[in-house]
Formats: sequence, structure tokens, C-alpha cells
Amino acid sequence: MVQADPVGVLTGTHYLDGDHAAAEGACSAGCRFFAGYPITPSTEVAERVALRFPLIGGTFIQMEDELASIAAVLGGSWGGLKSMTVTSGPGFSLMMENIGLGVMMEVPCVVINVQRGGPSTGLPTLPAQADMMQARWGSHGDYELIALSPNSPQECFDLTIESFNLSEQWRVPVLVMMDECIGHMTERVVIPEAGEIELVERRYTNLNPDDYLPYKPCEDLVPEMAPIGYGYRFHTTGLTHDERGYPSMNAETQQRCVGRLLDKINLNRDEIIHVDKHYLDDADIVVVSYGISSRVAIPAVEKARREGIKVGELRLVTVWPFPEKLIRELAGNVKAFIMPEINHGQVVLELERCAGGRAETRLVKHAGGWVHDPETIYEAIREAAK
Amino acid sequence: MSHTDIVISGFGGQGVILTGIVLGKTISIYSDGYATMTQNFGPEARGGACTAQVVIDNDKIRYPYVQVPDIMIIMSQEAYEKHEPSLSPDGMLLFEEELVEPGPARDKIRMYGIPATRFAEELGNPMVLNMIMLGFLSGTSGLIEPIPARNAIAASVPGHFIELNHLAFNKGYQYGKGLVAGEMLAGKISG
Repeated sequence: MVQADPVGVLTGTHYLDGDHAAAEGACSAGCRFFAGYPITPSTEVAERVALRFPLIGGTFIQMEDELASIAAVLGGSWGGLKSMTVTSGPGFSLMMENIGLGVMMEVPCVVINVQRGGPSTGLPTLPAQADMMQARWGSHGDYELIALSPNSPQECFDLTIESFNLSEQWRVPVLVMMDECIGHMTERVVIPEAGEIELVERRYTNLNPDDYLPYKPCEDLVPEMAPIGYGYRFHTTGLTHDERGYPSMNAETQQRCVGRLLDKINLNRDEIIHVDKHYLDDADIVVVSYGISSRVAIPAVEKARREGIKVGELRLVTVWPFPEKLIRELAGNVKAFIMPEINHGQVVLELERCAGGRAETRLVKHAGGWVHDPETIYEAIREAAK
Repeated sequence: MSHTDIVISGFGGQGVILTGIVLGKTISIYSDGYATMTQNFGPEARGGACTAQVVIDNDKIRYPYVQVPDIMIIMSQEAYEKHEPSLSPDGMLLFEEELVEPGPARDKIRMYGIPATRFAEELGNPMVLNMIMLGFLSGTSGLIEPIPARNAIAASVPGHFIELNHLAFNKGYQYGKGLVAGEMLAGKISG
């Protein structure tokens, strides 16, 4: 770990919305390349980056569309700069192919999605959490990546930094799954001194150029990168490849290549996954939530507890990979899980799978356009407690 | 600072969102409280209905939305019609008296009107209507103190507009204080 470069860190106490806070998170994390295409409700992230990057030595480029944006981000990262883009639903769809390329080529980068209602152009200015399964499965093929879900402007700052750290550590695109509510909500955001911000630097090889293989994994299954322009032979491709990075299209290499891409995340889940727990010790019922829905659920949980219902809260800070082990443990001890989502049932499918029939799983759905009425979540808790 | 739910509403261009931002900053940066500001963010950037919600507490705010507003700052008739019915029965209604014609007072609601647009024009710029309303909030409710509010204004508007916005805040503050003092003299409320 290294300390953040003070040039990018706007130390102080600010009153920022989530979009601006995420942009500051990128500046603090050492992101110095941004390529994007404006789209509501994520545009303010790009606006702030465009304002800040010229002052801190970064490069901002507005591309012709989102396909080009994510492609430029992959190139920027290969070129040696921490790189990011930001978008919302329609743009996220256009980015899917190259997010898969980023996974396959193992490119550290961050993609922020400030979710709005869909499908298609849907509700440009209004919230949803309906891209969660797209985040997990939107690109083709088998893969694992990491997706975080902030629930405050402070976390938009903190988790953007965390996303860069995770992307460098595991060489994988990391998605910050915000939503319109969090993006446009304004709260106090404390940006610490640069010395208090710890960053994972790029994992460059120490090997001699003659001994270096671009896709030979280290012990944690992550291969080291080569500094471009220092005499290292380097090849990368979206095709199934061997340790040299050359296409090798057969079943054996496919198993080794894709198997490692999955394992490097799956075998390190305990290190990657973060959750927030509240009142879980005595809980019969657990409200599982993420993003803005985790804050909307709070009055419901508090009301139920006042009435003597033993209900706890589990907030998924990391949504992907899913905290499977924790849910399996809890499922043996609780009566029911309740999941409010601003969609018609996405992450709840994973919750249900991990509960494995040992605890009831209830979805409190919402089509998008606004957040839940806390009362509907309360009613679900009461029903489950009967 | 006890939990207070505030709705600020008018039409686009009146500075509704900036009022929310300055109020939130006053509380959460220049005073000891916490404040969350959320906004109705519609395609009608100018001229349409515009609402900001500010939740204030002395502790970290978990649920960020207004449930039953304790205070309303209303700057258009449309905003009045839409939001007034949800105001708490012992809440406070602050309104721009030349743009809003309120119905009769209900329950224990305290109502205070101010000709803020006219005052803003007298100061030379109708755009500072919003800071007059914020000063009015301070003068009538005591929810925010003038010094942190002035600091928040200075941190929120372009340099050459700070003085004008401070004058606007002061105007609203004094007018509000005057109304409350008048009520006390008349024995309507206690100090």
C-alpha cells in the first residue's frame, strides 16, 4: 500500500452530492485517465472530473459514445494510468462487451453506473436498482467481477477509492453501482489528508524482461503487469490465451484461463467482500439490502423492533461477489430474509439460492421511479414475523 | 439540534436547490449538526416545479427523506397547493406573500409571509429571493444562526455575489425577527 498523492486529494469537509463525491474519490485514488459520454444521472461525475483533472495532471476525454469510452479506459489502463468511466443504464448496456474484454485481459479499471429506471431510456432522472444482474451477467461468457454499492455521498467517495484498490489488487474491472438517489443526494463528505488514504499500486513485475510471461499468475492467481515501454514483450487478447498472452483456443487452455479468472475472485471472497451488520445477533428476520434501499429500510426495521419483532439489517456493501457463506450461515439461524430492491427481483434470486429453502425469502419490489415507502417494508417484516 | 424535516418548494430558477444546499451546509459544516439534502430532479430545469428536502438532526441521518415536514418554505402557489396538506399540524409555514395566497391557518401551524421578491428587487437583483427566504427562516424559527449561515453563503455563491446574498439574508432575517417580536408583544406566542 502507498499513500495517496496530495495533488489529487481535496482534503477538508465538504457538502457534496454522491456524483461529485465519486469524482473526488477517483481524484484521490490516483485516477488520471477518464473517458466517458455524458448521461443523466451520472453526468455530474464527468463534469467534476473534467473540472478537476486539468488541475491535477489527469486526462479527461469525452468520447463519441459509451463503446468508445470503455475501450479508451482499457487502453488508458494498459498505458499505465488508473482509469475510469461513468455511465447509466443505456450506456452501461453499450459497455458490456468491453467490460468482458477487461475481465478477459485482466485490466484494472473502474466503471461507475448511476442507475436510473429502465429498460431502454426508461426514466432518465429517476432511480432504480435494476442493473444489478446486468452488472453480474451482462457480458457474455463465464466470469467474475466485483461490484460495490454505496449508500451515501461519503461512501461514493470511499468506495470509489476502494474500487480502484480492488481493481489493482485483483486485476479486474470493478463496478460502482450507485443509483440516482445516492448520486443526487447531498451530505457532508469528509476527505482526509492524503497520508491517511491508502492505495494499492499497480502490480508491476520485478522479473527481467526475458523471464516475464504476461499471464503467469502469482500465488493469489493474479498475474503481474509489465510497465509498457521498458523492454517487456507483451501480448494481450480477448481470445482464450496461454501464459504468454497468445491465443490458444482449445478446451484445456479455456479451462485453465477461465478457471483462473473465476478462482482469483471466488477463492479470495473473504478478503473482497464487505457487509454492514446491525442487530443480527438476536435476529429472527433479516432485512438484506444495498444502496439507497438500505437507508429506506431503516424506519421499517426500527418500527418493527419497537414492536418487539427481532429484526436485523444486513447491508451488502459488496454485492458481487455475493456473500454466499454469510447467507448460508444466517439461513440456519433465522426465520426469514426480506429484500427490498428497486427492481422486480434481481439480487433476491441469489439470496434465495443461498438461503436454500432453510429460511423464507421475501422480495419487496419496486418498479423504479422512486424509493419504497418504508411502510411496505415494515408490512413485509410483520408478515414474516407471524 | 432536534430532528427537523424541511421542504423547500417553488419553481425552477428561484434558487430552491441552492437554498437547500446553503441550509444543509450551514448545519453540517458550519454548525454541529447533520443535514441531508435531496431534490426532485426533473427534466424541467427551469420554470417547472422544483422541490428540495432537507433533513436535519444532531446525529447521523439514516433515513434521508422527509416524512412529515416540520417547516415549509414555499415560493409558488403550485408548491403551496401541493405540499401544504402534508405539513405537520404544529409545523411552520414560511411563504412568499406576493406569490402565494395561503388558505386559512389550520391546527397549530404558525404562518409567516414575506414579500421576498419585492425585497430582492429593491436590493437590485430578483435572484436573491432565495437567500431572503433563508434569512426569514433563521429570523422566524431560530433553526440556523446567522453567522454560520453567512459562512455557508460565502462558500456557496460566486465571490462578487457574496455581499449581495449576505444583504439579502440579513433583510429576511430582520423581517422575520420583526414579525416574531410583534407576535410576542401581542402576546400570541411566548419568547
